Amino acid sequence: MTALLHAESLRKSYQVGRRSLFRKARRFNAVDGVSLTLERGETLGIVGESGCGKSTLSRLVLGLSPCDEGGVVFDGTPLPGQDTEAWRRLRRRVQLIYQDAAGALDPRQTIRTQIEEPLRIHGLPLERAQKAMADVGLVPAMGSRHPFELSGGQLQRVVIARALTLNPDLIVMDEPVSALDVSIQAQIVNLIQDLQRDRGLAYLFVTHDLSVLRHVSDRVAVMYLGEVVEEAPRDAFFDGALHPYARALLEAVPVPDPARRSRAAPRIGDPPNPAAPPPACRFHPRCPFATDVCRAERPALRDFGGRRAACHRVEELSQ
Amino acid sequence: MSVIDSVGPGRTRRWLAGLSQLPVVVICAMCFMALMLFVAAFAQLVQPYAFDHVDLMNRMTPPVPLSGATWTHPLGTDTLGRDLLSRLLVAAQTSMLLSILGTVLGAVMGIALGFVAAHKGGLWDEVIMGLVDFQAAMPWFIIALAILAFMGNSMVIFIGIMALYGWETYARITRGLVLSAREQGYALAVRGLGGKPSRVYVHHILPNIAGPLIVQLTINFPSTILFETSLSFLGLGIRPPMTSLGQMLGDGRDYLINAWWLAVIPGMVIFLTTLSMSVLGDWLRIKLDPSLET
Repeated sequence: MTALLHAESLRKSYQVGRRSLFRKARRFNAVDGVSLTLERGETLGIVGESGCGKSTLSRLVLGLSPCDEGGVVFDGTPLPGQDTEAWRRLRRRVQLIYQDAAGALDPRQTIRTQIEEPLRIHGLPLERAQKAMADVGLVPAMGSRHPFELSGGQLQRVVIARALTLNPDLIVMDEPVSALDVSIQAQIVNLIQDLQRDRGLAYLFVTHDLSVLRHVSDRVAVMYLGEVVEEAPRDAFFDGALHPYARALLEAVPVPDPARRSRAAPRIGDPPNPAAPPPACRFHPRCPFATDVCRAERPALRDFGGRRAACHRVEELSQ
Repeated sequence: MSVIDSVGPGRTRRWLAGLSQLPVVVICAMCFMALMLFVAAFAQLVQPYAFDHVDLMNRMTPPVPLSGATWTHPLGTDTLGRDLLSRLLVAAQTSMLLSILGTVLGAVMGIALGFVAAHKGGLWDEVIMGLVDFQAAMPWFIIALAILAFMGNSMVIFIGIMALYGWETYARITRGLVLSAREQGYALAVRGLGGKPSRVYVHHILPNIAGPLIVQLTINFPSTILFETSLSFLGLGIRPPMTSLGQMLGDGRDYLINAWWLAVIPGMVIFLTTLSMSVLGDWLRIKLDPSLET
């Protein structure tokens, strides 16, 4: 059986500033040659700093914005062109959940109208909305409210319910819990996992929160300046990352118990300007282990038995 | 749920409480506009005489407080002995209906073109915005005079000219609002659900940008009334035997010395109508724009 989703060397650049007579417009690569595969019912977590291209990648994978190079194959067929009939039909199978649930809902429509909207768009029976609301734990009385009358957690439930009405195969979650309180985060994360178990959903879970990622994902991909630098099964990743950047991320997670804070967290400074990424290995200016080869040659994503990493010095460092 | 059950009566009570807190000027303006709308709808039912009923025995009787006035003609009569109150009601009706029609047509046209410009972009945007600049740069009143003078005066042409007056502001405002609303999460979300652009525009963006457009409507309406009355005053808009406020004003101008009420009374109605609408528009603008609220 083919994978549910396969993306091959996706590339997307944006123009920075205006083009003038004397200089070409500068472009920066938000996503620079990313490949990934997602199986049915699986969760792939994508983690990285702000500006590393996580959100752009999620939009590319869904076909919400066109990629400059590379392509996405969903369930054996390439993504159709944007805003065509086939593209709109595909929305029934792939859905996006945003970080800003309040912004993703029309302030002037009731909750029920908005949950029923995808069903109206695709001409499906409206009864599904009731089921979806019950599945995410919204009481029917909520349906007559407006978004501003709901809390952040409730709004995120509404957005999830709206996506569920279409019975999608894949939901891309773009920081779904980052804007919520920790206690609400736990509820939503549990809800997301329950839904996956009941419906066999596949998730592409984009976040910068490693503790959430550890909870939900089957595999983890670490992005740095538009590239995937490491990809590994969840347990292997949290037991010990191969790439120095991934290690730095793991070590930056605060430990709640002061007695266990053995090492000082590594200080690797601010990320470089993504519009002018460093040459060769993009992490070398911040990497404590950088050598001449790192400054001269761009490392490829290499296989290390079920996991991949893009670093010249994986072998030496793991000893 | 008790919260939801109490919404109905609570909302009415809140609304009434809000009404009593309004500034007096706004209440006066609301009352006057309500009166004008009533006249626009029912002038024929309340007029004491037919507006063109000639009574040569009672020419130029003055309005009531003055000596020589009778209660049979409370606002007096004109040079042909026609009842001024009846004429005023019908004139106000004509002016109101024309202005409402002109404003609404202009708004619909401007808003539609604004949506097209924002949606299509590229050449469409350039052409429509070019037309907007063109319209804004032209002295429309002079052009309207020329068109009416050359094409003759039919009601269709007159309404068309009124509709073209002010459409460009709607187009410009709509385009800007649509361009920013389109990038809002809710609009992107509907696209992500598989909704067509038309659905996004009609069901989601239009209701969300309606506020500023309604305000623009109330700002545009008084100037449309003035536009209509000015053209009729010059004898190029509504012509006898029909009547409008501007035409009454123009007729009365010749008798300013010995029958000043013939010009002053319709003039006052024009003044009060535009003033009321401007006051209401200002109040609405502040009401709908939270950043201006003190």
